[in-house]
Amino acid sequence: MASERKAQSSNSVVKRLLSNNLTWSVVALIVLVIICTIFDHGFLRLEWNTNTGGLAGPLITVLQESARYLMIATGMTLVISTAGIDLSVGSVMAVAGAASMQLLVSGTNVWVAILLSLLIGLVVGCINGALISLLGLQPFITTLIMMLAGRGVAKVITSGQNTDASQIAGGAPLRWIANGFILGIPANFVIALIIVILVGLVARKTAMGMMIESVGINQEASRMTGIKPRNILFLVYAISGVLAAIAGLFATASVMRVDVVKTGQDMEMYAILAVVIGGTSLLGGKFSLSGSALGAVIIAMIRKTIITLGIDSAATPAFFAVVVILICVMQAPKIHNLSAELKRRRAVENSRKAVAA
Amino acid sequence: MSVSSSTKSVRKNTSRRKGLSINAQMIPTLAAVVIFIVMLIMGQALFGNYFKLGFVSNLFNDHAYLIILAVAMTFPILTGGIDLSVGAIVAITAIVGMKMLAVGLNPWLVMLTMILIGAAFGLLAGVLIEEFNMQPFIATLATQFLARGIASIISTDSLTMPKDNGFSWIGGRGLIIIDNPKISNDLNFNAGVLIALAVVIFGYFMLHKTRTGRTIYAIGGSRSSAELMGLPAKRTQYIIYLTSAVLASIASIVYTANIGSAKNTVGVGWELDAIASVVIGGTIITGGFGYVLGSVLGALVRSTLEPLTTDFGVPAEAVTIVVGLMILVFVVLQRAVSALNKQE
Amino acid sequence: MTATEPIVVMKGITIEFPGVKALDGVDLRLFPGEVHALMGENGAGKSTMIKALTGVYKINAGSITVAGKPVTFSGTADAQQAGVATVYQEVNLCTNLSIGENVMLGHEIRGPFGIDWRKTHKEAQKHLSSMGLSDLDPRAPLSSISIAMQQLVAIARAMVIDAKVLILDEPTSSLDANEVQELFAIMRKVRDSGVAILFVSHFLDQIYEITDRLTILRNGQFIKEVMTKETPRAELIGMMIGKSAEELSQIGAKKSRRVSKEGEKPIVQVKGLGHKGKIQPTDEQIYAGEVVGFAGLLGSGRTELGRLLFGADKPETGEYELNGKKIAINDPHTALKNRIAYSTENRRDEGIIGDLTVRQNILIALQATRGMFRPIAKKEADAIVDKYMKELNVRPADPDKLIKNLSGGNQQKVLLARWLATNPELLILDEPTRGIDIGAKAEIQQAVLDLAQQGMGVVFISSELEEVVRLSDNITVLKDHKKIADIVNDETVSQETIVDTIARSGKEA
Repeated sequence: MASERKAQSSNSVVKRLLSNNLTWSVVALIVLVIICTIFDHGFLRLEWNTNTGGLAGPLITVLQESARYLMIATGMTLVISTAGIDLSVGSVMAVAGAASMQLLVSGTNVWVAILLSLLIGLVVGCINGALISLLGLQPFITTLIMMLAGRGVAKVITSGQNTDASQIAGGAPLRWIANGFILGIPANFVIALIIVILVGLVARKTAMGMMIESVGINQEASRMTGIKPRNILFLVYAISGVLAAIAGLFATASVMRVDVVKTGQDMEMYAILAVVIGGTSLLGGKFSLSGSALGAVIIAMIRKTIITLGIDSAATPAFFAVVVILICVMQAPKIHNLSAELKRRRAVENSRKAVAA
Repeated sequence: MSVSSSTKSVRKNTSRRKGLSINAQMIPTLAAVVIFIVMLIMGQALFGNYFKLGFVSNLFNDHAYLIILAVAMTFPILTGGIDLSVGAIVAITAIVGMKMLAVGLNPWLVMLTMILIGAAFGLLAGVLIEEFNMQPFIATLATQFLARGIASIISTDSLTMPKDNGFSWIGGRGLIIIDNPKISNDLNFNAGVLIALAVVIFGYFMLHKTRTGRTIYAIGGSRSSAELMGLPAKRTQYIIYLTSAVLASIASIVYTANIGSAKNTVGVGWELDAIASVVIGGTIITGGFGYVLGSVLGALVRSTLEPLTTDFGVPAEAVTIVVGLMILVFVVLQRAVSALNKQE
Repeated sequence: MTATEPIVVMKGITIEFPGVKALDGVDLRLFPGEVHALMGENGAGKSTMIKALTGVYKINAGSITVAGKPVTFSGTADAQQAGVATVYQEVNLCTNLSIGENVMLGHEIRGPFGIDWRKTHKEAQKHLSSMGLSDLDPRAPLSSISIAMQQLVAIARAMVIDAKVLILDEPTSSLDANEVQELFAIMRKVRDSGVAILFVSHFLDQIYEITDRLTILRNGQFIKEVMTKETPRAELIGMMIGKSAEELSQIGAKKSRRVSKEGEKPIVQVKGLGHKGKIQPTDEQIYAGEVVGFAGLLGSGRTELGRLLFGADKPETGEYELNGKKIAINDPHTALKNRIAYSTENRRDEGIIGDLTVRQNILIALQATRGMFRPIAKKEADAIVDKYMKELNVRPADPDKLIKNLSGGNQQKVLLARWLATNPELLILDEPTRGIDIGAKAEIQQAVLDLAQQGMGVVFISSELEEVVRLSDNITVLKDHKKIADIVNDETVSQETIVDTIARSGKEA
């Protein structure tokens, strides 16, 4: 009896692990690393680069690239938790990147440039938030407009040029943020991780997380409990705007050049994908920042895998679309209820036969 | 009290409400008409060529594809859905079409293939939305990436049509109605415009003269009501996304025939232009109210924006901002109107 | 009526939802030319049964035969194909379309060039006329007519599909007496044409007036099928709730009269509080330790008044005084900050936050009054959760369960705990006992009385007059978005008093 119970409890631990999204994400990550290692035996090598003062190797570049995904995925997680969406993250990245590069070229102090770029991201986020929370517009159409208009704004900022600030001497701190190292680990990854942890702490140690989830689960019921859903909605889009701006800085500073067409392109898809991989439902409600963070790293890893396997980079969007579709299909209630539905059909069939007999 | 007394009071109510609510819902469309006329008059007054026959011809000839896309987008938006994949479907069908023409295949076969490819993406979107409960904008965002990704895999070069392709006649000079001595001032409509006209008639007929069309409106009013009324909501949703995808392929045919070349980046952001046309034309973004002819008007407004902003010296990169603002203004207007209606 | 063959036979119907057996082997027979009532308490499984017959829910076991043929419905379209039409309590028509279109949707008359709208509207007119609605313009938008009229339009629609079975799910709950008679006239006409009608209503008078046969359900189980004429009321009630009438009268606690003190000020006093289209300007006052009952039919304005007191809707007119001080209560946040709480009638949509735990659901309102960045200390939170879960006897006693997995009665208790945790002076309870089992009902009623005893002001809103009369000190009677009477609830007052008050005001108007 006792041993039976024990077996049951250990069984349930396994079950819980299996049903946990994080477990599957870690497994997926490991599988990707293994695949890469098979194709490129040096994939796991790490060496100390004395020029940069940091570690070097394929895995380190994955971390470096994942910083920007971490940022937009974190913002997107909060937005999606409120049953919304922010399709403008890629454009905000381009706007912030364009602003920082243009400011640097025009001789602005680098810290002022960084601050102003983040401010622009915040403003765009606030506009999204105001339109959605105050006017009650649908999130997807609002942020879709912002995605379109934002790209235009980025182009207007640089007059349609791909502004290059790599020759500007004062840009060193920004360059360090994207390419430097802290204790041998890419600085942007460390910064991104710290921000994710900060957001996570604020969300979970105060009531912010619960209120965001509550609004996403049932907005009207939340309002009746005294929560102000409008403030919450405004807040998440503002946060998403700032974080996207940081991602934009990461993306442009690594080459110190903004590409008004390509910077931040397709990023909304990657952010959504990271959130979905992390186990947050696109319908809103419970969110997992750690899940999304892992999702962000997985996305960087998938991109690396595509390169390592020598697949044409043009295939990347199609590849990610397939992954999104597969994950959403697996999460669909239809698949979850499949076994119950089959059981039900059998039962009805049996009782039909019984009646006939 | 009797039945008649109660219905009488209802009736009084009805006539009062009818006038009000319909007027209120017409406001965005009326605004669009006014904007269109103002744009034309302004263009004529300042730049002097907006009433020229050549201008009008070009407006239609060059934007026939947008009119088709606007009709396509009207279907999902009427149900409160959206199809973000139309631009990408234009890209993939155009690329495939160009490749096929390059090896000298029969142009009719090429067109058929293009339409079938579009239909496949529409079907996929329908399956994701109906069978796997994905929100339309997520599902069509996924198909957008898929379509554009595959287009990019096939080719990232600019593909040009070979000579004698049996295809460009669609974009040719077409039907010349008024033949002026100066060729730039003819009133002529190419076959693309005629196809667009056929698409508009098809859209009108489908939405207003078929049960499927009425089901689309019913779903837009309330999906659950439509289902409880026994209407084939699921089948209709499939039809909607199939239709919009197939129409996007037709837009692709018209566009490539007119331009004569295609690239994997063609159609980027066109879903926005289509949404703008639909919304400006008075179709409510949350569904349930709207019409095809409004979308055509919206497409014309969107099309006139291009020469007008150029004439005004607005940089090309800022045009998207103007379009974005326009959608925003109209969506806010719709929101205000519906709030007004609710209060009544 | 006649001893013909039944048109519908449902046998051994079982429906399971995750964790719950909503129906367990229920039988139902419907005969042509008969009105059949499905009887049972809230939660007995009536609407689940209806949804099984209309193809909304799939059955886990059992069989359905229509006109002698076994059927499996995989959707409402299937059911309608087989001749089963339904009119729901919340009218399921499309308000964005015209009356005529709603009648004819899916059955429009087609000519060579698509739908022939002239003929379609003519046909709609014909069907509307046969319902006695000949004055209705089929081209007018559906949103322009009242809910009662929409209900009749929905029945007209059922006739278009040539239904053999017509299901009316609580069609009378938002109708006044005259409208009910209008509906009954149409029901009789439809019945006499040989259609089987399945009727659900909470009003026993209506059941005895219109129905021929009854099927009684309790807790998802089949109890009995009887003829209406041969079944006395007491027996029927007994079968519905599983207790005899005497037992029943002993369940509920009764409010002891509150003694008002000299010069006492009300907690809340409002003058001319109103909102266009919801409730006309109304005066109301609630004293500490007092239970004020709001009585009236659905749509009378009882809920609307409660919502205005809480600021769930922003009042358009009127003055609000809290403990003698003027104040503006324009949103729930302000109300809760000023110790006014409101428990909604719509538990699912406006009450529970389904994917959060019981614990979170209890604490969330208190947290919201304190602000997002001042979390409740764990110790205090534990104490609150523990206290109310014990006091209100929430089952299962696990605060980490998701609230959506609790039964209706326990969800209601958790919501009550949520509002009590904010320590309100005035507690507004809208239908706190709807759709929950009888045990939980008695517990909640007792809690209401205890709270008033401790000095809380309570507004008690309920469609069950018996409850209102038993628990209230004063009763506010509402009708047609208007307060029509203030009744001091002494020994002379009974349910009939209130029913009379509502009926009389109708005649005067």
